Amino acid sequence: MDRNHLLRQVAYMKNSLFDQGYLDREQFTQLEELQDDANPNFVEEIVTLYYNDSARLIQNMEQTLVNRPIDFVRLEEILHQFKGSSSSIGAKKVNDACTQLKEYCSAENTEGCSRTLQLVKQEHAVLRTRLETYFQRVREAG
Amino acid sequence: MGVAAGDAQPQFHVLAVDDSVIDRKLIEKLLKTSSYQVTAVDSVSKALEFLGLLNEEDDERNSEFASVSLIITDYSMPGMTGYDLLRKIKNSTSLKDIPVVMMSSENIPSRINRCLEEGAEEFFLKPVQLSDVSKLKPHLMKEKSKEIPGRCSSSSQQQCFGPASSICI
Repeated sequence: MDRNHLLRQVAYMKNSLFDQGYLDREQFTQLEELQDDANPNFVEEIVTLYYNDSARLIQNMEQTLVNRPIDFVRLEEILHQFKGSSSSIGAKKVNDACTQLKEYCSAENTEGCSRTLQLVKQEHAVLRTRLETYFQRVREAG
Repeated sequence: MGVAAGDAQPQFHVLAVDDSVIDRKLIEKLLKTSSYQVTAVDSVSKALEFLGLLNEEDDERNSEFASVSLIITDYSMPGMTGYDLLRKIKNSTSLKDIPVVMMSSENIPSRINRCLEEGAEEFFLKPVQLSDVSKLKPHLMKEKSKEIPGRCSSSSQQQCFGPASSICI
């Protein structure tokens, strides 16, 4: 496939991610600006790091909701870490879902927490797929 | 560590403290892109160890580092917080002149004020941007222009004078 075509696809995919609210334009652009000859794959690396780290945090959050009594303080601590990393990579929808979860957690609303944690997981998974496709296209475009 | 041949400008060494692996990678890149030499650690206790303060003996510098020009730390961390680190630095005779910058994902005015009152130079809201990192230079240059006594590595414990940004060990 022609390189220009691939580059256009990359630009299109990225703009879709911004327009559809999956990625925060400012933060993701900042990450791209940090990419240089010394770290040519910086964005993909940090996103990969995020997905490895956040999988563990999600598991830990799920565990808190299984235990009885529920330790909402612990849940909030893990959520704080998870939300922080999500905002560092510009994961907008994930971040918004975290905000909702934080509210239910503060209110110690078990059902609300379970429901919104599922939403967090969902957004997290959708973004992962979108970014995997995106980075694949970036690599193909050279 | 790539220093360009003929690069006369000494690099400032920044110690970054953050328990999040993602945020450490990000702050490290932000700082390196801004031409700082970086050491990133994941806890306050590791930071104190690096700074030689773990034994709380200001006179004994057990650490192996050459100099730290600035410390940038996350506020919320498990165990000792960034605020605890700030206080320890400011209460240390040998390290109190090292500028300390705080980072936090939470915008809590009382927290920000408390840190600034305790001697933090800046308080950055996360995610930290390149524009934030560009605010560090004046704090480093201000220290560099001062001359403070430091401890030399010789066992005679002579006081030596040098730029504030390099601390003799």
